[in-house]
This record gives sequence, C-alpha cells and structure tokens, in this order.
Amino acid sequence: MSAVTTAPFPVRRAPVRAVGPRVVRNPWWVRVIFMTIALSFVGFFLLLPLVAVFVEALRKGFGAYFHAFADPDARSAIRLTLTAAAIAVPANLVFGIAASWCIAKFNFAGKSILTTLIDLPFAVSPVISGLIYVLVFGAQGWLGPYLGAGDHPWLGEWINQHDITIIFAVPGIVLATIFVTFPFVARELIPLMQTQGNDEEYAALTLGANGWQTFWHVTLPNIKWGLFYGVILCNARAMGEFGAVSVVSGHIRGETNTMPLHIEILYNEYNFVAAFAISSLLAMLGIVTLILKSFIEWRHMQAKTS
Amino acid sequence: MKFKTLLLVALAIATGSVAGAKTIELLNVSYDPTRELYTDYNAAFAKYWKAKTGDDIVVKQSHGGSGKQARSLIDGLQGDVATLALAADIDALYDNAKLLPADWQKRLPNNSTPYTSTIVFLVRKGNPKAIKDWNDLVKPGVSVVTPNPKTSGGARWNYLAAWAYAKHRDGSDDAAKKFVAALFKNVPVLDSGARGSTTTFVQRAIGDVAISWENEAFLALKEFGADKFEIVVPSLSILAEPPVAIVDKVVKKKGTTEVAKGYLEYLYSDEGQDIAGRNFYRPRNPSAATKYANVFPQLQLVTIDAEFGGWTSAQKTHFADGGVFDQIYAK
Repeated sequence: MSAVTTAPFPVRRAPVRAVGPRVVRNPWWVRVIFMTIALSFVGFFLLLPLVAVFVEALRKGFGAYFHAFADPDARSAIRLTLTAAAIAVPANLVFGIAASWCIAKFNFAGKSILTTLIDLPFAVSPVISGLIYVLVFGAQGWLGPYLGAGDHPWLGEWINQHDITIIFAVPGIVLATIFVTFPFVARELIPLMQTQGNDEEYAALTLGANGWQTFWHVTLPNIKWGLFYGVILCNARAMGEFGAVSVVSGHIRGETNTMPLHIEILYNEYNFVAAFAISSLLAMLGIVTLILKSFIEWRHMQAKTS
Repeated sequence: MKFKTLLLVALAIATGSVAGAKTIELLNVSYDPTRELYTDYNAAFAKYWKAKTGDDIVVKQSHGGSGKQARSLIDGLQGDVATLALAADIDALYDNAKLLPADWQKRLPNNSTPYTSTIVFLVRKGNPKAIKDWNDLVKPGVSVVTPNPKTSGGARWNYLAAWAYAKHRDGSDDAAKKFVAALFKNVPVLDSGARGSTTTFVQRAIGDVAISWENEAFLALKEFGADKFEIVVPSLSILAEPPVAIVDKVVKKKGTTEVAKGYLEYLYSDEGQDIAGRNFYRPRNPSAATKYANVFPQLQLVTIDAEFGGWTSAQKTHFADGGVFDQIYAK
C-alpha cells in the first residue's frame, strides 16, 4: 500500500541518503539482534506455516494430492469461490472508481461521511457482516417474509410467484463477499487521486475533451497501477473470506461451501490431506498475489522515475 | 445451417435428460458427528429409492452444532429433513417458526429416534490420569474437553449425564449442581460443536479426557488407531436420543414430502439400522441391536423423560438464558 501512496519524488533522494551512514554507524551487534529478531519472526510466523501447508498436502504423495481436487464437492467449492470473486471484484471495481473519483475530485456535503462509511467493513468483525444479512434477508428477518412465494398485494406478481433465496444460497455469499471487500479498491485510489489533483483534468477540459474522454484518457491512465493493485488485494480477500461467508452459507456441501469453508469441513472429517491440498491452492493464490503486487510496485517505480 | 443443427442436437440432449428419470434433491440438515453415518446412508437410500421409483436422489448434507443448525433452519435454510442431536432443537423449529407441527415426535416410531447413543469418555492411551467414572473428572489437575451446551447438542447430553450421575450418587439437585460446576471448572475450551471438541482433544492434544458421544469416540479410535486412545465407560450415563423430522414447510414448498418421508422411514429398515450400527450408533431394531451387541458396552442408562421431565423442561431449567448452566459457568 505504502509504495503506491507515498509516490517518491526523485528530487528528495539526496536527504534520504544522508540517513545511510548513521545506520551503518550502529554497533554491529545491534544490527545482528534486529536482523535475527526480524528473520526468526518471519520464519516462525510466516514461512513455517506456509511450508507446513504444502508438506501436509503432499504427505501421501501427488496421487492423493490431486485426488483431493477430483472430488465433486471440492470442485463445487472452487467454482463457488471463483463465482463469488468474479461478481464481487468487478462490482467493487466500479464502485471503487466511482467513489474515489467523487471524493478526490469534487467537494460535496457528506463527503467525510462517505469516506468513513467506506471503511466500515474494515472496522467491523466479518461475523457481524454476515449476521446483518441474516437479520435482513433471513426467514425471520426484516425482508424475509416478502422474499418467499406468497400473497403480498403490494409486491409485484413475479415476486409473489417466486421464492427468492438470498441467505444460505449463492446470492448471500456474493453479498457478504462484496461487503467485506468493499473498501479495497476505493481505499487504494482515494489517496492516489488526491495527490494527483485536478490539474491534468482541467487541462483536458480546456482543450475540449468531454467528461468521458477526460476520464478515459487522463484519469484512468494515471491511476491504472493503483487500480490494478486494489483489484488484486480485493480478489485475494474475496477468495479467502471465511467469517462472513460462514454465517450466510448454511454449509450445504456441493452447493454453498466456498473453498475456505470446505477446508474446515475436510479438516473436521479427519481428511487432512484433502484439507491441506485445498489450502495449498489458496496459499498459491496468496503467493501469486504477492508476485503480482511486487511486479506492479516495480512497474510503478519505473513509470515514476522514467 | 451447421450452427442450427448443433443447437437442435444440444436442445434434444437437454430435453431428453429432463424427460427421463427425475432427479430429486433433498437437503438433510444434521448435527456434527453424523457426517460418516449419512454419507453411507445417503448412498444406500439413493439405490433403494431408484429401485423403488426409478427417480434419482441426490441428498445434500449440512453439518454443524445442533443448536446452530436449528437456528439456520429457523432463519430459512431450506432443509427437507432435520436430523438433530436432541428433541429440543427440533422443538425450536416449531416454537420459533412453525416449520413443523408441535407433535412432530409422534410421527415416527420410538420418539422419532431411529438410533440412539450415549455419552462416554475418550482418554489417551494407557489412561494416564486413571479416569474410571464421572467423579474422576472433578479432581483437581484433570483437564476435561466438552463442547458448549449453548450451541452443541452433544454438550447438553454430556452435561445432563454428569448431572444424572451426581444426583443418583448424592440424591439432591443442589449436590448435582455443585458437581457439574466443579466439572466445568476443569474445562479449558468450549468448542461450538462435538466434532470441533473431538479435534481439539485428538488433534491439538488438549485435555486429559473428552466427554463425547459414544459414536464420536468410536470414530476417533477408528480414524487414529486404538493405540492412541481408549474409551472409558462410566458407571452411569444417559440414553441419548437424536431425533429426525420432516420440515413440513420446506417439503410442501419444494414438493418433496413423499421422498423426505421415505428417507426418514428407511432409517428404520434393516439396511438403515445396519448402517447405523456400522457407524457406531446403537440400532433400535432388535435384530440389528443383537448383531452389534458385542460392540456396545452395557451400562446403566437414564432417560431424559424420567430424569429431567423431557427436553422442554430440561432446556428451560438448564440451558435457557439465565438457566443453571449460565449460573455455574458465570462463576
């Protein structure tokens, strides 16, 4: 996040270099102690669990490992996770651009409220994010009685004839996923757009571009790396979300289990190889995310310095 | 032209598959330790139903703590049948959402419980803390694993079995309350479901003894080997009756009443009872019970009706908000 938001200006490099010698002047043992602490922390808390996932997954060989993915319930879980992400990420992409565009480029009443609300999903526990949907759409919830087929004269005929299931079905899982991944794109773009200011847009407008052209040819190219970065983070969270999705899922195997939920089920059924095999898939997603993130940061730096 | 032919072929295949045998989907909302039982049973039932009616059956499963599963059904989980850990959780479906009639338990034989179980102890190999009976669980330094009675059906059976033991030994409810309070002082973790509790004991190696469903204890032995764990049978325990019921409101809407009824009734058949026995549930049917008699130890079993006046009363006294469990656990 920091690499994108604190866009380094090449001019300021000189004073930064002055810090260098002071660090070097620290006694050698201070450096050794800090390095040891940092490295062992990373080793114990990050690297070891990651290695353990793959070791456990391959404990009974590659045959058992790939067998875990042949199970129809596992496939359905993978499919559902991909579906939820495929809906949640574009939805938050559109929302994120719209919200950050409004917040960064314009002044309006309620702007600070909107900014605060965007952070809400970060602030509340995922369990609450799930429960609010149960409270609203559950059979005993606020809207629950109107969602089932029935006789509600003030509702349209279509709604009365169809059962609309949101909770304990795919729509609920998608809603919960959208909720928890809501801030990622917007949070990434707002500071970026704010530092860029409106100058280039004004220039484009005075040269005769319309609003859409300005957005497409001026604003979007400026934010593309930040946007890409936000989308990657959003996607990683969408696929990995456990708490909120667990509350609205109903845990129907082969139907409403996402990958993280399926992992828990397999673990509870003493099926450790399969549980860690699916975990390794999520871990690999995490690693790919990190690689993409580093790549984007590198590209971003290059774009800035050239 | 070619595209149109392709489209027609695809359409023909699609309609053809619909016109053939029906595929009916059922959702069985169950409690935690029945995963293996219903995996077996669903396959057997699908075969039986296919032979009987020609329809294909796909039974989907949802598992979790019994109380939590009841809550999900009340909130709208579309389960055709509820196979929960205790009658109170199915009563809740009537009390809170009128999903089935109040007298649901009279619709199938044996209080709608096709199999029973009881509560036993799972200890580590060699029984290092020499646990023989309930009174060993309240000794200082003994760490006991049991799930949370608020969310887990098994945990409520555990709690009531301990209560019944103390009441039989000391003769009064006050003494029983003190005994159970002392027992819960020795509990380091309260998991939300029975399976979570077993994995805490077995996988995370927490605790000296797990109070557990008999079937759950047998399964842990089968999965991890009898060289790691032992089952200890207490002098007295409770007859645990996990009931089954059709969720009327759901099956009416989905048009699955007949299949759901067949599904539960087949649990009482010879094959259904045999599958129950194979998965370490005590079968009701006398012939199946004889077949598995040497698997299940004999012990003194009290019933919820005789000892606690039924689930409604037990639930209200012990597990409702501010009930006895809240009083002893808050201390």
